[in-house]
Amino acid sequence: MLLKDEVGMLQRVPLFSGIEPTKLKLLAFTSDRVSYSAGQILFRQGDEGDAAYVILSGRADILVDSDSGPIKVAELVPNSIVGEIAILCNSSRTATVRAASPLEALRIRKDHFLRLMREFPEMTIEILRVLADRLSHTTADLIDARSAK
Amino acid sequence: MEPSLARYIWTHTKKQQLWILMIVVLSMIPYFMSFDLPKLIVNGPIQGKGFEQPGATQPFMRLHYNLPFIGEVQFFSGFQLDRKETLLALSLVFLLLVIINGLFKLYINTYKGRLGERMLRRIRFDLIDRVLRFPPLYFKRVKSAEVATMVKDEVEPLGGFIGDAFLQPVLLGGQALTAMLFIMVQNFWLGMIAVVIVAIQIVLIPRMRRRLIVLGRQRQLTARALSGRVGEIVDGIGAVHVHDTSNYERADIAARLGLIFKIRFDLYQWKFMVKFLNNFLAQLTPFLFYMVGGYLVIQGRLDVGQLVAVIGAYKDLPGPMKELIDWDQDRQDVQVKYQQVVEQFTVEGLIAPTIGAVTIDDPAPMTSPLAAINLSIADDGGAMLLNRISLQIKPGETVALVSTATGGAEALAEAFARLNRPDSGRVASGADDLLELPEAVTGRRMSYASSDVFLFQASLRDNLLYGLKHAPLTTVPYDGAAADQHRWNIDEARRSGNPDLDIHSDWINYASAGATGPHDLFEAVRRVLDAVVLSRDILDLGLRSSADLTRHTELARRIVELRAALRTRLEHEGLSGLVVAFEPGAYNKEATIGQNLLFGAAAGPELADKALAANPYFASILRQAGLDHTLYEMGMEIAEQAIELFADLPPDHQFFQQLAFMSAEEIPAYETLLQRLKNRPHEAVSENDRAMIVALSFAYIEPRHRFGLLSDELMSKIVAARNRFYENLPPELQNAIERYDPAKYIAAATVMDNVLFGRVGTNHPDAPDRIRSIVYDILDELGLYAELLDVGLDFNVGSGGRRLTGGQRQKLDVARALLKRPDFLILNRPLSALDQRVQDKVLRNVLEEARRDGHSPAIVCVVTNPAMAMMFDRVVVFDSGQLVEDGTHETLLAGNGIFKELLS
Repeated sequence: MLLKDEVGMLQRVPLFSGIEPTKLKLLAFTSDRVSYSAGQILFRQGDEGDAAYVILSGRADILVDSDSGPIKVAELVPNSIVGEIAILCNSSRTATVRAASPLEALRIRKDHFLRLMREFPEMTIEILRVLADRLSHTTADLIDARSAK
Repeated sequence: MEPSLARYIWTHTKKQQLWILMIVVLSMIPYFMSFDLPKLIVNGPIQGKGFEQPGATQPFMRLHYNLPFIGEVQFFSGFQLDRKETLLALSLVFLLLVIINGLFKLYINTYKGRLGERMLRRIRFDLIDRVLRFPPLYFKRVKSAEVATMVKDEVEPLGGFIGDAFLQPVLLGGQALTAMLFIMVQNFWLGMIAVVIVAIQIVLIPRMRRRLIVLGRQRQLTARALSGRVGEIVDGIGAVHVHDTSNYERADIAARLGLIFKIRFDLYQWKFMVKFLNNFLAQLTPFLFYMVGGYLVIQGRLDVGQLVAVIGAYKDLPGPMKELIDWDQDRQDVQVKYQQVVEQFTVEGLIAPTIGAVTIDDPAPMTSPLAAINLSIADDGGAMLLNRISLQIKPGETVALVSTATGGAEALAEAFARLNRPDSGRVASGADDLLELPEAVTGRRMSYASSDVFLFQASLRDNLLYGLKHAPLTTVPYDGAAADQHRWNIDEARRSGNPDLDIHSDWINYASAGATGPHDLFEAVRRVLDAVVLSRDILDLGLRSSADLTRHTELARRIVELRAALRTRLEHEGLSGLVVAFEPGAYNKEATIGQNLLFGAAAGPELADKALAANPYFASILRQAGLDHTLYEMGMEIAEQAIELFADLPPDHQFFQQLAFMSAEEIPAYETLLQRLKNRPHEAVSENDRAMIVALSFAYIEPRHRFGLLSDELMSKIVAARNRFYENLPPELQNAIERYDPAKYIAAATVMDNVLFGRVGTNHPDAPDRIRSIVYDILDELGLYAELLDVGLDFNVGSGGRRLTGGQRQKLDVARALLKRPDFLILNRPLSALDQRVQDKVLRNVLEEARRDGHSPAIVCVVTNPAMAMMFDRVVVFDSGQLVEDGTHETLLAGNGIFKELLS
């Protein structure tokens, strides 16, 4: 997959969909293309968050530790982003991500990501919009869940 | 040191000075004879005096003397020669005298030059010897660069002067007197004119030069201060940048340079003024000669031959006179310089020479306890660091010194290391004052490591073994020319009062490291490096550096085995995908296009980096392989992409690290280049521009940059070009490149690259770490671990060890202290740059390593954290310069003292 295809993939990630293609290209160029075989771990719960990953092809499982061992809580499909919360909040990883099939991903380093946000406010605003959107959804879900009790 | 320069010179060069004086006196004879000769030639054969009759002859070389009581005695009646023959003979004698005078001059100059150089060597050595014996406190007040400039520059003129010190006045004075006497003999009044003018010169010129001496002294002091400041700026460059004070430094230096300029300009003005006057006076005399002498000739009271001889002799008078005056100036100048240097090097409390005397045999172990008795130490400002402390450290005991912020435990450790002198009381080893023990005992039976580490600019190995180099232990056999050179070295060293210790001898004291020779020293080195947890760092350095194949032959010999082992291991662990190996007939996708084309490591500048695309042979290969066009297009594409991506970013942006093709500074140049070359056919582009564009393609790696520029056809063309490149490699490039060969070690590449013999895939983020640990495993399995560690030990630590981190430097210092297996190991906050966890680990290892093989040294450690005291037999607590608690860890913990307070 070439740089320009990656830009196309990134455009389909909601977080980046509103950002100019040239900026996305820079983001893609400065990111590392990484590949994993099935079963390999992208990162572990509790690790320090140093990068976000955009899945280009393949699938991955999101696992959370519990007393009875890891539980799969979600699955990642191409065009999804994972790990962005940890690099925005300086927190440690809240879950483990494991490749469920041969996986290609774009690894966006934390410092690059933050630097881009600082330099291109339009990108930051776009990301803010997506996060706010997510928050309002989460809030709505929470209200639903509370009222359903 | 001897305060008077003249006496210093006389004491050390008496014999030589007398010898050269004798030679000089001897040289006066032909010198005087050469004065008389022109008169003989002019008056005799030329003017015909004594040859009035045709066919008259005169005796030549007649030897006859008027001896008292005996009367005229003739030894040789001489040859009878006619006028022309006499002219020829006398001219030949003149030539002979010229040659003899020249040879005398040659001998005298060479002799005194050598004399001066020997004395210079002696002075410099004396000065350094004193630096080595300065009391430790003195170094808090001097700037190293000032000392260096004194030893190097300020005594330099002394060397030139020493040869002339006694010789010049005799030689020049003799010449001047001879010339003067000769003039006097010819004509008294002409002689008197010369005498008067000379007297004016002698009185006036030195008077005018007094100011020159004052200025000269100022020049010396300001120049010395300047070099001190330059040294400070270099050492403190970090602080300058951190505080944005570079302009303050600029202003300071500019002000100093201004002052130096003013002094030097003043000096020039005076110097040329004096020179003018001196020259004028010298030229005044011939004017008087021509006038008065000519008048006398006209009157017939003086013959023409005499006048010519007087003027001829006078030509030789101003020269010596001027030089004599210059000599006097030099003398005063040099005396001032010497005094100023000697003043700086005359220090109270110099360490006695016996303390540092060369001792070949190792001293007996120190079995008596180390003690501080009523010890008080004050700092430079007079504040008490330690106040009447008494403490005894028994052999074999481990003691933690715990100190509050003002406790003073560091001062005690420094006192034990003899780095800090007691103001009252003493430090003792048994009954002996510790300060009076020779360094051969304290430097071998005790060792000291502190947080303030100094490393020399040398390899890690040299720094580590530095603590073992006490004395030359072997006699190096020399033969042939080397033996002559060695004899000469010793001879000259002795003549200049230097020691004749052989630096090429093996100075390493293997026994004290518990080894028997070079072959098993490495074991000891490895153990101490393991103990301070430095081995891994050194292995990493080893992997990243290229090995010196003359020393590390094993690595090169077993490289094939190593590479095979790595492949097998990677396959075995299912990691083959991590490394793409170099294969002579295949394109390596993880390597750059440049690497694929060259398929070798550049061993010289001709084919390295930027020069590659411009190399005519390489360019011709690209043309033949039909690649020039393709790579040019590719370079254009890369330039466009790179500029599109990066043109908006500020040049210091961290993203530029990702851009392998060009640096941030080159972007504007490529931008204009791109505009100019766009749509222009390839043929119309100049060689230079083409090389610039093609060079971009060399850094391209498809899987990393993902521009989609690499096709199968291109790859096979590149492999073909590679083969063509090596087939016709011209002889001048044979040594510029080392071709990758699966069976050969590549000397120009790093150890890691050699073992990998391929490239690590870019798309496995943890690949480098995994591969490194696999490589270590393999090296260990194959028994090459030690070899790699040895490669790492070749690493040059840089000026003051600055290429290492602070923690690494401290670890190295501790390792060095451990290596000599002392009886008393003094550690003064040794690992303060490390975090607490690592400190604990290293300290535990160190305690264990120090006691390996039944050794039981006493260990005194000023700990950075009271919790570390747990590891020691005994804990001594200091507060405000007082010893406040002393006991085992348990007893102190049970009490309710400061220790418990510090711990909580």
